[in-house]
This record gives sequence, structure tokens and C-alpha cells, in this order.
Amino acid sequence: MLVFAEALRNGLGTYVKAITDPDALSAIKLTLIAAGIAVPANLVFGVAAAWAIAKFEFRGKTFLTTLIDLPFSVSPVVAGLIYVLMFGASGWARPLLDTADIQIIFAVPGIVLATIFVTFPFIARELIPLMQQQGTDDEQAALSLGANGWQTFWYVTLPNVKWALLYGVLLCNARAMGEFGAVSVVSGHIRGQTNTMPLHVEILYNEYNFAASFAVASLLAGLALLTLALKSFLEARHGSELARSQKH
Amino acid sequence: MEILVNNINKHFGAFSALKNVDLTIRSGELIALLGPSGSGKTTLLRIIAGLDYADTGTVSFGGVDMAGTPLRERQIGFVFQHYALFKHMTVRENVSFGLSVLPRGKRPQKWLIADRADELLELVQLADLGDRYPHQLSGGQRQRVALARALAIEPKVLLLDEPFGALDAKVRKELRQWLRELHLQTGVTTIFVTHDQEEALELADRVVIMEKGTIAQVDTVDRVYEHPASPFVFDFMGSTNIIPASLHGRELYLDGKLVATLSGSILPGGAVDIYVRPGDLRATGEHSEGVEVMVKSVQRTGPLVRASVTLASNDQPLIVELPHLHHDVPRFREGSRLYLRLMQYSVFPSADRLASRDSVEKPTLIGRERVREALP
Repeated sequence: MLVFAEALRNGLGTYVKAITDPDALSAIKLTLIAAGIAVPANLVFGVAAAWAIAKFEFRGKTFLTTLIDLPFSVSPVVAGLIYVLMFGASGWARPLLDTADIQIIFAVPGIVLATIFVTFPFIARELIPLMQQQGTDDEQAALSLGANGWQTFWYVTLPNVKWALLYGVLLCNARAMGEFGAVSVVSGHIRGQTNTMPLHVEILYNEYNFAASFAVASLLAGLALLTLALKSFLEARHGSELARSQKH
Repeated sequence: MEILVNNINKHFGAFSALKNVDLTIRSGELIALLGPSGSGKTTLLRIIAGLDYADTGTVSFGGVDMAGTPLRERQIGFVFQHYALFKHMTVRENVSFGLSVLPRGKRPQKWLIADRADELLELVQLADLGDRYPHQLSGGQRQRVALARALAIEPKVLLLDEPFGALDAKVRKELRQWLRELHLQTGVTTIFVTHDQEEALELADRVVIMEKGTIAQVDTVDRVYEHPASPFVFDFMGSTNIIPASLHGRELYLDGKLVATLSGSILPGGAVDIYVRPGDLRATGEHSEGVEVMVKSVQRTGPLVRASVTLASNDQPLIVELPHLHHDVPRFREGSRLYLRLMQYSVFPSADRLASRDSVEKPTLIGRERVREALP
């Protein structure tokens, strides 16, 4: 509420002007791009990782589980610094990138990579406990009825976890759009080029341009409210299934 | 489809779940794998299905080694204890699943699949529930859907893992009868796992009794009950009284008193245990080959009267069961003394004697006697 009040303090005109400012628009666009790549990528990674961990026995399973939790335990800023170390001006992967003429740090790919890393656990974490609890009877039944691996996954495994998956995507998306720390380190804060919405809010705020800052922030707040609303809706409708996935 | 299980071994870590298991299942047979939990019966079933792999040994269907054939190509119908129905599909979709995932070339037309599903639902007496979802069905109905789903692919072998384990007693009884009839109709070779001896005796043509990863006995229902191969089998098939006794030649002595003469030719003498069912003890007169007991308590449980007695010689407790209308019932009064006759019993080497030996030799049956009741 306060955010919206501050955003509209100087009237609707200022609000619209702040949001339609080219730099703000570019920040919104970049945020949508980053989330638009990171969420589908993590959807694929998360489902694959959860499937492997919950339904199969293999060596290194504990290691993989730890790896999935890594982004939760590492500070996003540190994660960003590791990217800089790897791909930055004097990074390890620098020679390779130079020959291919790819810019990662202080450019869009870096932001996307940082976002993917930070939001990696959300979907997998949501799915693993539920899939483990469901066991493998359904899959084995499908296989014994002649289904192949893909059919089993598509017709049996996926429908069994669809609500938890949607929930995970929602959380993942919210975090992807709101991510500050890791993105801040790798972005370089170039206005109109590598500024995402949270970074843009910070810049405007530091310039004492409160109304504009809050106007952009209000968009993020709106997103948060939407996420919360969807989340409550999912919990109300499919609460029992989600609750199962939460207790572990 | 004849199933041949040859020398199967299976370990889970240090635990040996199956040890050198050999088994032949005839085509069209309905066979029960029976044993206490941890005896390896479910593991054996899963290995036959291809849900699990043996460390060594082979499984063959109709003479073909199944080692290289994955689960989805074995054409088995597997019914899980907890049904494993696909929750997001209707009953009809569940039953059709096996046909709708066939490769495009072999897949029947949609309406043919629907017809077949309805036919199967008819067979399992759920014709009007095709549009329901699994969570709208009772446990017994779900189990029947699971069966219909398994039968849809026209399996060569039907495997059921504790199919009635999660159902209440009355539904279980109905389903057993129904499964028996279904088997007569379809004739599919069927193996089911159970820990309930009554279920195995009622349903199966033959029973495989498993003990700690080995097969203790494979026999027809009657023979398992009448001729248990080991004390374990005897004990597992029903309630048991164990009476320590000694054997000299063919003469069986209980506390110095001759109680019976066994019919076998050469018998290993010494300490033995007499295994006798509570229902195979009868009251008798003092003069005959009876053992004296004291009646401690008498209790009526449904159609049976159950008396707790102790041997007069050494206070060992025994249980006697009689049909409640039996003419001996009035003789069992609390505190009374009477003589019991062992009508049918098995004699095994005594457990102590076996324990004192270092061999892992199994106690084998020494003798089995059945006394014909004299006509009045």
C-alpha cells in the first residue's frame, strides 16, 4: 500500500511518465527476458533433476541433491562474484570467450545466467519430496502396461505433480524477476542496457527520484501481490497435495 | 505360459533376500507365494515380473529366457498392493491405458479401445463406473479396476502383490471368490503374494511357502496342510501345540509313558517334538493312549470352544479347540482333569537337539500319524 501511495504521490502523470521512461521500459524488458529464459530453463532442469533423484537410484545422488541446494546456501552476491571470476575481464574462461567474441559479464547473458543459478532450486525442491512420497508404483504400472519411458513421464509422472510444478514455477518466476544481489554484481548497471527492474529501482532511489523509484517498485509489488494471490489460490484448491510436498 | 525360475539369488546390501530359489509354475495355474514378512515372497514376484533383477539365476516364460526382456515387453499384468491407479484418469482411461500407449501401428482404433475397456469393466462388474475417478471408488472397486487394467493388455502372466492386503475382511472374502472365478474364466497363469494362509488355501491350486529367502515347501493346498515338510511350515499354516517327547525305535514316549507307535520303518530316535493342531486333540478315557491334562480355562469364540489346558506331568500349556456342538464340550470344565488323545500330529527332531548340532540341517519330518476314530 505504502509503495503504491508513494508511487502516486506526485500524481498519475508522473507515475505514467516514470514507467514509460525509455530506461524504465528497457529495465522491464530485460527483466522479462531474464525471467522468460530462466524460468523455462529451470523448469526443464528442475523436472529432470527431481525425476532423476526421486525415481532412480544411482551413485552421486546425495551430491546432486546438495548441488541443487547450493544456490540457497550461497549468498547471491557471492554467486555473482563467481560469475565475474569465471567470465570477467581476467576470468578463467576469458580466452575462450574472446575468441568467440561473446560478452557475458556486464551484458544480458550474464544476467540470465545469474538469474538461472539463483532460481535453480525452486522447482526441483518443490517436486522432489512429492515425487519421493508418491514412489514408483505408478511408473512401474505404466511400464508393465507397455508404455515407454517418455509416455510414462508424460501421462503418469507429470500429471501427478502438475500442481506442485505450477507452484514451483510461480515461486521461481517471482524470484527471477525480483533477484537483486547476483544480478547486481554481473550487470554493471548500464542504464537502458543492463538494468533490470530491481536495479533500476535502486538507481532511481539513489538519485533521490523517489516518485519514479516507487513507480517502478510498484510494478514489482504488483507482481508480488499477483504471485501471492495465485499461491493462495493453489493452496486452497490443491492444498493437500502441496502440503505433502512441503513436509520433509 | 509356463514359468521357470532357476537358481535365483538376490541380495540387498548384506541382506540375502533370496537364496538359490527354484520354482516351476505350470501353464494356467493359480499359485500363491505365502510367507511371513521378510521371507522374500514379494522380491521373488518382482523378479518374475521384471520390476527387480536377480543377482544370479534365470526366469523364463514358456522356455524363453526373460533376462534381456524389459518390463514393458514382458506382457505381464501386475497388480500392486495399493492399486497404483492413475489418479488423474477416469476408470475407463485407466483400463484403456495399456492399449492407448501401443505403438501407432499396433494401436486399435479409439472406439475399439473404448469397447474393450467397457468389456473389461463388465468383467470386473464395474460397468457403470467408467466415468468415475479412482478417488471416488471404494478399495475393493479400485482393486478391480487395477485388475481390469492389467487384463487389458491380454497378459501371458498375471502377478498380484498382496492384492487384498489393504481391504477389510468382508470385501477380501468376496474378492477372493471373485478372483477364483475370474481365473477360471480367463485361464491366465496367475501368481499372487500373500501372508494370509487362509487366503492362499482358499484361492490357490498350489502354495509356495517361503522362509527366510528359501522355499520351504511347494505343494497342493491339501498336502501343505496335511503333510507339512518342516516345523516352520506346520507352525505357519495354523495354530500349533508343541509337545516335547522322546522316540525309542518306533515308540513315542511322553514323560515316560508310551503314547503312540509310529508307522515308519527306521526312525532316528532321541528327543523329538510333537506338533499337533488344537483341533486335533480329543478327550478320551484313562485307559487308552492319552495324556493327562488339567483344564485351566474354557472360552467360546464363535463356532469354536477353546480350552487352555496344562499337561499334568510338567505343566506345559496346550490349547484344545472343539466345535461348540461337540459331545466332548461338557467334559472341559475349569479345574477338571481329563485325558487327551492326539488324533493327528507330526513328529520332528526336537529344536534343542538341532541347535546343539553345528549343522544347518533342516528339521525334517520323522513321522506323521493319523488316528482313525473308532466307531462307537
